[in-house]
Amino acid sequence: MDWQRLLVSYAVGFVLLNVLLGLMAYMTWFERRVLARMQHRVGPNRTGPFGLLQPIADGVKLLAKEDIVPANADRLVFLVAPLLSFALAPLGAAVIPFGETLHLFGLEIPLLVADINVAVLYVLALGSIGVYGIILGGYASGNRYSLLGALRSTAQVISYELVLGLSLVGVFILAGSLSLQDILREQQRALVIGSLTLPNWYILSQPLAFALFLIAAVAETNRAPFDLPEAETELVAGYFTEYSGFRFSFYFLAEYINMIVVSLLAATLFLGGIDGPFVDGVWWLALKALFFLFFYVWLRATLPRFRYDQLMGLAWKVLLPLALLNIGLTGLVRLWGIGAL
Amino acid sequence: MIDFSQPTPVILSEVRQLTPTRRELVLNMGPQHPSTHGVLRVRLTLEGETVIACDPVIGYLHRGVEKLGESHRYAQFVPWTDRTDYVAAPSNNLGYVLAVEKLCGLQAPERAQYWRMIMAELARLASHLVWLGTHALDIGALSVSLYTFRDRELILDIFEKFCGARLTTNMMEIGGFSREIPPDLPEMVREFCRYFPKAIRQYEDLLTENPIWLARTKGVGIIEPEVAINYGLTGACLRGSGVNYDVRKAMPYLLYDRVEFDVPLGTHGDVYDRYLVRIEEMRQSIRIIEQCLEQVPTDGPLMAYESQYVIPPHKNVMTTAEDMQRHFIWVIKGFSPPKGEVYHAVEHSKGELGYYIVSDGSPIPYRLRIRSPDFVNLQSLPYMAQGAMLADIVALIGTIDIVLGSVDR
Repeated sequence: MDWQRLLVSYAVGFVLLNVLLGLMAYMTWFERRVLARMQHRVGPNRTGPFGLLQPIADGVKLLAKEDIVPANADRLVFLVAPLLSFALAPLGAAVIPFGETLHLFGLEIPLLVADINVAVLYVLALGSIGVYGIILGGYASGNRYSLLGALRSTAQVISYELVLGLSLVGVFILAGSLSLQDILREQQRALVIGSLTLPNWYILSQPLAFALFLIAAVAETNRAPFDLPEAETELVAGYFTEYSGFRFSFYFLAEYINMIVVSLLAATLFLGGIDGPFVDGVWWLALKALFFLFFYVWLRATLPRFRYDQLMGLAWKVLLPLALLNIGLTGLVRLWGIGAL
Repeated sequence: MIDFSQPTPVILSEVRQLTPTRRELVLNMGPQHPSTHGVLRVRLTLEGETVIACDPVIGYLHRGVEKLGESHRYAQFVPWTDRTDYVAAPSNNLGYVLAVEKLCGLQAPERAQYWRMIMAELARLASHLVWLGTHALDIGALSVSLYTFRDRELILDIFEKFCGARLTTNMMEIGGFSREIPPDLPEMVREFCRYFPKAIRQYEDLLTENPIWLARTKGVGIIEPEVAINYGLTGACLRGSGVNYDVRKAMPYLLYDRVEFDVPLGTHGDVYDRYLVRIEEMRQSIRIIEQCLEQVPTDGPLMAYESQYVIPPHKNVMTTAEDMQRHFIWVIKGFSPPKGEVYHAVEHSKGELGYYIVSDGSPIPYRLRIRSPDFVNLQSLPYMAQGAMLADIVALIGTIDIVLGSVDR
């Protein structure tokens, strides 16, 4: 039966990958439309109804562009780096549960690609490797702006990776597991406080961790107000200044897929994932993730950009102590069983 | 005495470039860069992200405007002033025509003076809006730029209604205005004055108390009052440091002594103070415009036709022989102001804009010099950039508020 399960996993993974790529394309449309509305503009509305064909037009355009390699670039690294970024981005979605196990044609189809017992660590590790794409790309471009962007990115990811990881420790302590499916199951129970019945979502028991996770996730995906590696007004385009055509779009795709994966992760870890009123299902997950994606766009429309040293200061002087404090408090609560939830 | 046989002295960072230590990185920012406001080039020497030397290199937009002024007749030069600081064209027109009028000893009629004030203040608003939008965009606040450009459209609509052009307006002439004010223009300006304070509140909601904005602007690019004076800074760059100098108050021109307005002053002389000063200046401009609209006579001449230096009115050209001859001479040869030299300064949105004209009695200026505020203010960039971070450089370029057309001329 093992080969059967493997096959099912492959099939689910294939579907997921395609859905993710489609979502990513429409994420660009969504961002442009929402951003335009926030800025008194119209946004793309010429290609297809409501500009819905715009992502396809963009894709075709990018494919048709010349693939330029600068003369003083480190050729091999320059060509491979965007692929690295892009290839690693969707892998994070593999551990996110999209629903209860389906029973179809006598087959057991779990609606997640891989139930790893260290799922969250796996996602964090992917994030750390993904940054290599940025660093190598920036370094190999032979451009000083790219180099500075890559350096910023390294520093940023290292700092915020810590915060991201530590903010999740509280959740692990409560759930007693690193597997996303276990964390999800914990959250699907009802939380009864007196006459009040609430979902046992970790946003309620871990609000500080949620806030920290959200901030760190924005930084981790290089989005405004932490978009320093690609700070357009300082570093032209940061690490991908020299990239053109489809190699440029690989970075672009990676960024958006990362956003989607992080949103799915946040929804699963803190907002109960597929859990929701009426019927549990993937639609709740989608709705919650959409809320986070909207939040990303909203931030971009509203906030100025941090300065490099302030970004570091925020991570090390504010967020990290808070994350440690949160772990300590959660541990104490767990130890003394005050919130034996 | 400069010895021209010697080579020109090299600037600091060129020496640095010859002997680079391993920790330094020379970064060339511009002339093609998203946030150098045109074609400013800044050569930065970095140590990590900290700037240790900063050399602005200018001249990429040099068109020889001053020299052009010395080969054009007086009235022909007005359109060229538009093209120096193109985001506040009426203010440039104003500086030049006032200088020529001072040279000729003529004065525009009262009504024209009021309308000149209104247009100059609207130009200040338009310029400040471009500044605010681009400055905020440089620091990363994306939406503010679109809001400011949305509101700037309203000002450009007023300009268009008034003279047909939106950007390079060429609206003022020596002696006043040649065209009648459109009858619905005052209402249009009033409408704008009613609307605009709300828009300022909107920008302030997004920026003034935003923690990231504060972190990016407070304590950055401090200029002490003495340093500001020594650099010859004017405008918000000077007032942000707390020095009370506004040409409109210090040497009132037009009818600025008849309107009430305050000159906002900063206390710390940092980027944030200059931001606050400019925001307040916008409010004061609205105040000035409102007072002007109340005081301006509804009819009366707009051109000092009685002067011999002014083109005769078209009506007379068709009916009287002398005026037809004068008109012919004026158009073919231009007018010849008396011999002498004159300097006239106006408070431009960026600082003191002065026109210095030397006349040898011919219809063409012997020497024309523009004291453009941006050029002088830009000198303070290396001072402000000492020890700043790379990201601060864009904030500093933004806070000086330069338009390269005016820097290079």
